[in-house]
Amino acid sequence: MTEPKIRVLLAKPGLDGHDRGVKVIARALRDAGMEVIYTGLRQTPEQIATAALQEDVQIVGLSILSGAHMTIFPRVLELMREKGLDDVLLFGGGIIPEDDIPSLKSRGVSEIFLPGTSTEAIVDWIREHVKTSE
Amino acid sequence: MKSEKEIGEADGSADKGLRQRWEEEYLRPSLWRMPESREKFSTVSLRPIERVYTGVDDGRGDESFAERIGYPGMPPYTRGIHPTGYRGKLWTMRQFAGFGSAFDTNQRFRYLLAHGQTGLSTAFDLPTLMGYDADHPLSEGEVGKCGVAISSREDMEVLFDGIPLDKVTTSMTINAPASMIFAFFLAAAERRGIGIAALGGTLQNDILKEYIAQKEWIYPPRPAMRLVVDTFKFCAREMPKWNSISISGYHIREAGATAAQELAFTLRDGIEYVEHGIRAGLAVDQFAPRLSFFFNAHNDFFEEIAKYRAARRIWYRVMRERFGATDPRSWQLRFHAQTAGVSLTVQQPINNIVRVSLQALAAVLGGAQSLHCDGYDEALALPTERAALIALRTQQIIAHETGVTNTVDPVGGSWFLEKLTDDIEEETWEYFRKIDAMGGMIEAIEAGFPQREIQESAYQYQRAVERGEKTIVGVNDFRLEDDNLGEPNILQIDETVARLQEERLARLRRNRDNSAVTRSLDALKRGALDPAVNTMPLLIDCAHADCTLGEMCDALRPVFGEYQEPDFF
Repeated sequence: MTEPKIRVLLAKPGLDGHDRGVKVIARALRDAGMEVIYTGLRQTPEQIATAALQEDVQIVGLSILSGAHMTIFPRVLELMREKGLDDVLLFGGGIIPEDDIPSLKSRGVSEIFLPGTSTEAIVDWIREHVKTSE
Repeated sequence: MKSEKEIGEADGSADKGLRQRWEEEYLRPSLWRMPESREKFSTVSLRPIERVYTGVDDGRGDESFAERIGYPGMPPYTRGIHPTGYRGKLWTMRQFAGFGSAFDTNQRFRYLLAHGQTGLSTAFDLPTLMGYDADHPLSEGEVGKCGVAISSREDMEVLFDGIPLDKVTTSMTINAPASMIFAFFLAAAERRGIGIAALGGTLQNDILKEYIAQKEWIYPPRPAMRLVVDTFKFCAREMPKWNSISISGYHIREAGATAAQELAFTLRDGIEYVEHGIRAGLAVDQFAPRLSFFFNAHNDFFEEIAKYRAARRIWYRVMRERFGATDPRSWQLRFHAQTAGVSLTVQQPINNIVRVSLQALAAVLGGAQSLHCDGYDEALALPTERAALIALRTQQIIAHETGVTNTVDPVGGSWFLEKLTDDIEEETWEYFRKIDAMGGMIEAIEAGFPQREIQESAYQYQRAVERGEKTIVGVNDFRLEDDNLGEPNILQIDETVARLQEERLARLRRNRDNSAVTRSLDALKRGALDPAVNTMPLLIDCAHADCTLGEMCDALRPVFGEYQEPDFF
């Protein structure tokens, strides 16, 4: 029997329109056999959490380059928990200073990928951390 | 300044006809307008250097080649738009800056000017770029982060406080709400008693590349083009020294385009703007001399130089053949360059200083009119004062120490470079044919054509990096286990900026004459409904009446509609 596909939601929160990274990641995850739902630009934390629920994903990735990460990541997590998405992982990438990473992780963000990370490393990390068998 | 005799001392070789014509028709008037910065130019070892080398005089090159690429300042402008290159005037050192509040950025402006910067360039934060006030719910967490927060004329006055706007040229990187921000700027200048005709600078105002690459839009393309054309008309009439637009390839490149795609989509955007201006009743030579361009300065040294040279040659032919422009100023492509933000690495960030230096050198060898060097810490955050100073020093070292400014177009005639220039030019014409066949750039954007081309290039590049076919030092090779080149101290913008902005806006709304606000916004809405009315004067009235940016942008939303990006993924 083939393993069920991992379902990933990728989102661009905030006003930032830089979507080169998120689109490269989306395509790489798809090429690696995952189901990828990309929200498009300028999603509010509420829209992202709702999409995660509706799309029944196992993991959510946020791409943010504007410096608003300390506001947006915790807010998305909070809303996901409110919706009962306790098992859904949240990861992110973008221009995020290393000093902010411990604080984000302590608040429940599973991983932060910095510029220069290979798409392969992200694929491997997702495969390792998402449980596909229910 | 050289004497006429010296200038007339041609080399007596086979290209004398062309050379003589260049000297008489191009060089002499140019020297009369702008003398060179010194009598004699020489290398660091004091070896004399001539103004221009063609190869013809010493038997290294052939005449037909010299004729094809032309002399500097002479069509088709392959070798630059000035007969004396940088010997007369260096490029403008224009460092892009903006963060926090208007007060913070005003301090940075003063610091940069005090250290030898020669022009200003303003970076706005994301709420401002999207036309939202700092107290809008969508601005939460974003105020002052990517640039300076400007929501009112009052903020604009603080931003340029103490800066001689009639002497220092000012560039503003703003697009979707460009006319509104421009209105704040003009109203602020008027209140300081500076006539707007005296103002020199550039409004980026390039909405087409927003749909293609940078993605900060408000209205759909067609009404947005109306606002752009209104600024063309306004500037053509009122502001002879102002660049009404900076047609930008920078963001297209950053989004993943190749060098040729950057050129093709940018210049084709340029064609679209000219067509819209003409359709709105302007004569081409009325506004084309004030169109300016903005390109990326990326890693591949010769490809970048070739790109700038090809750009000038293509634009010359477009203006002359496609639009029948007769004013040489309409034929001359002038551009600003910025080093490639996307090439900066988080790993071993100090190495970015070297990358930036080489990219900036390519822009200079390509004949840029103005230049920004990125700070080495910009893969991490906005630049600190120290990083911004090193970036400015990089420009000064290239200008004053390397000697590349001593002769015009020192790299012209390189076999490799000239072939690359021809190839990039040909690829650009090919893209023009495709886009023309689609009906134009707006139609191509609506069909997602440039967006898909760029996305594909970005993905292919990433794959090449991951396969190790492209090396990025410190990232996929030459890594350090313990990155002891160190993470720099980075600029932190905290939420007090947002609170301060909210208070300032609340005070403004309390103290202003609200009936004047309503009146001016109503006039703006009415004017927007009538394509024959120019929106610029109405926006300036709004700025004087203390309307906020958000109010001005909102007033036009019901008239123009809002852009929704089609799904290209």
